[in-house]
Amino acid sequence: MTGPGVRTGDVLPELRIPVTRTLVVAGAIATRDFQDVHHDPDAARAKGSPDVFLNILTTGGLVGRYLAGHFGPSAVLRSLRVRLGAPAHPGDELVFTGNVTAVRGTEATVEVLGTLRQGRHVTGTAVVEVGGG
Amino acid sequence: MTTEDDLYERLATYEGRPAAVAGEGGDPVNAPMIRHWCEALGHPVPADGTAPAPMLQVWTMRGLSTHPGTAGGGSRAGAYDELLALLDGAGCTAVVATDCEQEYLRPLRPGERITFDAVIESVSPRKTTRLGSGHFVTTRMDVRADGELAGRHRFRILKYAPARAPGERPRRPRPVVNRDNAGYWEGVERHELLIQRCSSCGTLRLPWLPGCNTCGSDAWDTLPACGRGTVFSRVVVHHPPFPAFAPPYAVALVELAEGVRLLGGVVGVPYDKVRIGMPVALEFRHADGEPAVPVFRAEV
Ligand SMILES: [Zn+2]
Repeated sequence: MTGPGVRTGDVLPELRIPVTRTLVVAGAIATRDFQDVHHDPDAARAKGSPDVFLNILTTGGLVGRYLAGHFGPSAVLRSLRVRLGAPAHPGDELVFTGNVTAVRGTEATVEVLGTLRQGRHVTGTAVVEVGGG
Repeated sequence: MTTEDDLYERLATYEGRPAAVAGEGGDPVNAPMIRHWCEALGHPVPADGTAPAPMLQVWTMRGLSTHPGTAGGGSRAGAYDELLALLDGAGCTAVVATDCEQEYLRPLRPGERITFDAVIESVSPRKTTRLGSGHFVTTRMDVRADGELAGRHRFRILKYAPARAPGERPRRPRPVVNRDNAGYWEGVERHELLIQRCSSCGTLRLPWLPGCNTCGSDAWDTLPACGRGTVFSRVVVHHPPFPAFAPPYAVALVELAEGVRLLGGVVGVPYDKVRIGMPVALEFRHADGEPAVPVFRAEV
């Protein structure tokens, strides 16, 4: 799917990621985010959340994983913008969908949506250098 | 209003001031942190050894700063801490990240030393969100690798006063009582569920209405429900959250033994064990001095 094969309107295959407590905590620590709401359920509840939830850096990283998985190792991420909606808690399932909205030379603009059963968790826009082939 | 305007005027003076000056990453770019990040997120490990681009901000994170002298990246400029303290003082004690925009100029390679500068780009006027009311603070950061600009990063947080103060119990919505249904709610208050009955054709109706849908008569009397019923249909509410209710919870449409149907909460059984056809018994609940409401207890 890399190279000149990428076209405006291309739809990326769906990726389903179960949001486990392990993913929430491991993601927070791997991104060096030690805010208690991302690893301590009691602290999360005291601040009005039902449980721990994904930190924004993990969400951004998962969008990156979705793009890397689709466009392959030769693609280079040029920019990534993510906007958060509903928080993702353990027990949720995050479903990524995406489509190519523009291709300019070797750069593709990709819109990514990460949804949970209760609504939109993340909307993302990425520019990916897909190589000249 | 005036105090709010005064606060915003003070907040706005922080726009353009530094959020971090000559910050330094706690560790140089390194293979173990890259591998751990990939492992946690399920991301492929780049074969060329460079860091996945979305790790950009990771190298600048302060880490677990409760142990003085051990955390990296601790170069937050005074203006940013002052701004956050000002917001804390105004009751905006909670924080949530809302947006992140990253631009990657070149890959980061193991061994490179990370430095960064950041500026407070904007502070929004007071906004009311689902979480509470507060101010969005946007910072922009330049990230350098061995002194060379490698990426830019814009980050937006919401500093807000939680919609509900900790420990304060949110109130449940109250029933809408009007002259057409006042008798129904008076019955509920005495723990009696009254079904309307058409005096002309005998058709039962619930909820209460001024006239009969079958024959058009506006004459009626009431019949107390015996309290037996079965779940006719049900939903589980996950989102959006209402302050007085903790999701997930089940709401059932219950068919009463008399044949009419009523919406209500189901108690005595986990939300995901409510089944269509399940027998239930009517009960009344008074939540702390609030009006009584009918609920249904699952019969096991
Ligand atoms: Zn009638």
